[in-house]
Amino acid sequence: MTATIEPEVGKARLRKEDERLITGRTRWTDNIVLPGMLHLAVLRSPMAHAKIVSLDVSAAKDSPGVIAVYTAKDLDPDGSIGMPCAWPITPDMKSPRRPVLADGQVNFAGEGIAVVVARSSAEAHDALEAIDVEYDELPVVLDMEAALAEGAPLVHEDLGTNESAVWKFDSAEAGTGGNVEDAISSSKIVLKRRFRQQRLIPAFMEPRACVVDPTGTQISVWSATQVPHILRVMTALTLGIPEHKLRVIAPDVGGGFGGKIGVLPEEMMTVLVAQKLGKPVKWNESRSESILTAHHGRDQIQDITISANADGTVTGLKVELLANMGAYIGLVGPGVPILGAFMFNAIYKFPAYHFACTNVFTTTTLTDAYRGAGRPEATFAVERIMDELADELGMDPMELREKNWIKHEEFPFTTVAGLTYDTGNYEAATEKAKELFDYDGLRREQQQRRDSGDPVQLGIGISTFTEMCGLAPSRVLGSLDYAAGGWEYASVRMLPTGKVEVTTGASGHGQGHETAWSQILADQLGVPFDDIEVLHGDTQSSHKGMDTYGSRSLVVGGVAVVKAAEKVVAKAKPVAAHLLECSEDDLEFAGGKFTVKGTDQSTTMQDIAFTVFAAHNLPDGMEPSLDSDATFDPENFSYPHGTHLCAAEVDTETGRVKLRSYVCVDDVGVVVNPLIVEGQVHGGLAQGIAQALFEEAVHDESGTLTTGTFADYLLPSAADLPSFTTARTETPSTTNPLGAKGVGEAGTIASTPAVVNAVIDAVRHFGVNDIDMPLTPMRVWHAVQHGTTDAGGAGSEAGGGLGSIDASGGAQ
Amino acid sequence: MRITVTVDGTKYTDEVEPRTLLVHYLRERVGKVGTVVGCDTSNCGACTVHLDGHSVKSCSVLAVQADGSEVTTVEGLARDGRLHPVQQAFHDNHALQCGFCTPGMIMASIDLLADNPDPDETAVREGLEGNLCRCTGYQNIVRAVRDAAQHMSPGAGPEAEQIKHVGVGGE
Ligand code: FES
Ligand code: FES
Repeated sequence: MTATIEPEVGKARLRKEDERLITGRTRWTDNIVLPGMLHLAVLRSPMAHAKIVSLDVSAAKDSPGVIAVYTAKDLDPDGSIGMPCAWPITPDMKSPRRPVLADGQVNFAGEGIAVVVARSSAEAHDALEAIDVEYDELPVVLDMEAALAEGAPLVHEDLGTNESAVWKFDSAEAGTGGNVEDAISSSKIVLKRRFRQQRLIPAFMEPRACVVDPTGTQISVWSATQVPHILRVMTALTLGIPEHKLRVIAPDVGGGFGGKIGVLPEEMMTVLVAQKLGKPVKWNESRSESILTAHHGRDQIQDITISANADGTVTGLKVELLANMGAYIGLVGPGVPILGAFMFNAIYKFPAYHFACTNVFTTTTLTDAYRGAGRPEATFAVERIMDELADELGMDPMELREKNWIKHEEFPFTTVAGLTYDTGNYEAATEKAKELFDYDGLRREQQQRRDSGDPVQLGIGISTFTEMCGLAPSRVLGSLDYAAGGWEYASVRMLPTGKVEVTTGASGHGQGHETAWSQILADQLGVPFDDIEVLHGDTQSSHKGMDTYGSRSLVVGGVAVVKAAEKVVAKAKPVAAHLLECSEDDLEFAGGKFTVKGTDQSTTMQDIAFTVFAAHNLPDGMEPSLDSDATFDPENFSYPHGTHLCAAEVDTETGRVKLRSYVCVDDVGVVVNPLIVEGQVHGGLAQGIAQALFEEAVHDESGTLTTGTFADYLLPSAADLPSFTTARTETPSTTNPLGAKGVGEAGTIASTPAVVNAVIDAVRHFGVNDIDMPLTPMRVWHAVQHGTTDAGGAGSEAGGGLGSIDASGGAQ
Repeated sequence: MRITVTVDGTKYTDEVEPRTLLVHYLRERVGKVGTVVGCDTSNCGACTVHLDGHSVKSCSVLAVQADGSEVTTVEGLARDGRLHPVQQAFHDNHALQCGFCTPGMIMASIDLLADNPDPDETAVREGLEGNLCRCTGYQNIVRAVRDAAQHMSPGAGPEAEQIKHVGVGGE
């Protein structure tokens, strides 16, 4: 009888990826060296907004090692090339052409003006200094509200406005709920708050790079990208290169976090230059260049109105956003706030909801997806305002949440935003979190510290959240005017020797796909984990795909692997029946073996693979192949959720915040590899906490980014973060056969509000009910000193004028 | 300028420009692409290697300064097909995700353990302050370093010798 084989799914498998990464045998794009390869460097504008009066590259052309220098006119003589946008959110969305190199005008500091190609990177960079540019400065527009004001200077004069698009959702119009204005006017409690989502730098550790080899039958493009498949299509469309003449390879990629989702002007430049010169060309960016020009994230002003009855039952939510697009429209940038639109309802039962977002142009680096994309912004606002509402009502913030959340028995639940949450158990996650955290004990300690006037106050921050993962059902994307689908692809090849190759369109950049996919496939086919090779990140091997973002890899890409494997087994079955001389109905498949029911006669997948390869003895008419592929398009999103609790100690004399403990219980459905899940949660928490406490991209009044290096942009180090207590509950998703929900963004989404709520909770009795992020010691100290709700001008360059507003409305 | 440097046990003599940084020399001339560049302000630590047994950010050292020295990169750690205990601990504790910071983290961790063979959590966190990781939230890195310390403590056998050789050798 078949021995029971321990399932791979659920096992804490150490990663396959690690060996090459810990021994330095990784294939980063910047490691690629080709014969005769030239190096490209980009001259970048120091001005945020200016006309280019003259551009003289002659001296650069004569610099040592220089092969060529190109400007916009050289690379795109008729000015027809524009960087693509895949998400035109409204039919009249304004999206100015973003040229590959500035064409007469620069619109943000860092925009490319010319490129130098030289024999070495150092020579190319040296020659940049010999380029002479004369600028005629234009007024900068940095603040979104100022940009929308009457008579504001325009980023793009010809558009006649700085408004790119307005997108709205209203539950009364959509038929998913009531009218918000009615809810607000008839409710006892109305709170209106303004929250800021500061601008962040994704700061993947591997800077971006691109190598283009135009020799050979196809143009090969290596790029440190999250989206090799999208890059191929977009390059073909943008540059008019036939798609079959392009091969895109994303080798090992050192992090992305949404920051490597763009299709880059630098990639297009490198292709154009390589084509012109007929030689391989490499571009790689410095960190300063990356911080300046790789897209930024967040940057929203959120005006939130919540209404509730006196008993704390929420009655309505109105959201008005300003979203900073920067100087141009990114690949999916306009859609980022729209993703958030569906998440403002969070885990609650708001009976009425209105959302409106205005996308605004400013003379800054463009914004686009950053870990969570839209959902962290939404979750932050809701979780912050729930705390404020609790304070207004004199209720414990946990009690308020429990009163309003969707109960376990109410799933599936269709929200006021029109999503149907399949499963969830907020009670279970919260119970577990409270227990691990010692919620009641910490509340008591908090009271003692308040009573004794301890200079170090304690605050407890709660964030109960859900998010939509598995982006996305293609039909939904279509209804939101996204240009492509959200399916994913996989193929499985049984090799003659019984080993297996699986290709996936979801190309990872640190998430451990090679390990997780091997685990999934090992169970499906009953072959050993080590006999499986996962191929990805090369449009030649994994020829189809939608790539990796939005926690879609496992719940869409992993499911495609399951489907493809099922087809392989189905193809193998008639061969097994043929070999065992029985009917297919008499066979059972388990642990990689087909066994004739009730006998010990069996044959393995490996035997069948060889039989099919040899093709000497196959069922009549059978094609000698077990290869199968599958494309999975989900019917619905998946909805991970969780409860995060943070205890923060705030030194009221210095403003310093210390995270004393952080407990999170996440429900990500069925877990394929608990190690990977835990790692993702840790990393996500670090990024969310960093938004709360450390990170912010700041411009000075001339539009120069003053946080232009890792010396000024405060990425947390090991010493800045605590250890986290993580745990899980497991409520399987019913929207995919794996039961998985996705985990990549959960930590980031939940932690920012948890930390900010904790800090506010610690100093609320000083009259503080908001502090702008990041909660620097200066800002916290200022808030405590002034017992104020307005952190504006709190001593940081970034605070000026954009502080949060007072609580208004209140009990009527 | 002419320099002679021993990298991962092999001696190289090369002509370099005075301005060449050690990291570029290692990557471009010696082909040690396991050492990577993550920033241009010496803040990230991705480029950390050992110079005569002590960790340095190779982007803040000129190649000429390494003349006559011994350099160990992440590629020189595994011996006789066996991973260095710190490499092993990074693997065992899932202390890496994208892996870009990893070579530098491993090199910095080895030096940290050479200075303090049994660091507590705070000592590890503070000791690795100069190395940034964007993926892991550091928790598993801290775990890995402490785990490696256990494996390299007195009595841990040949592996403990190995760290001596790699970490403080070459003087
Ligand atoms: S590359 Fe050397 S410290 Fe960043
Ligand atoms: S593992 Fe990605 S930066 Fe550390």
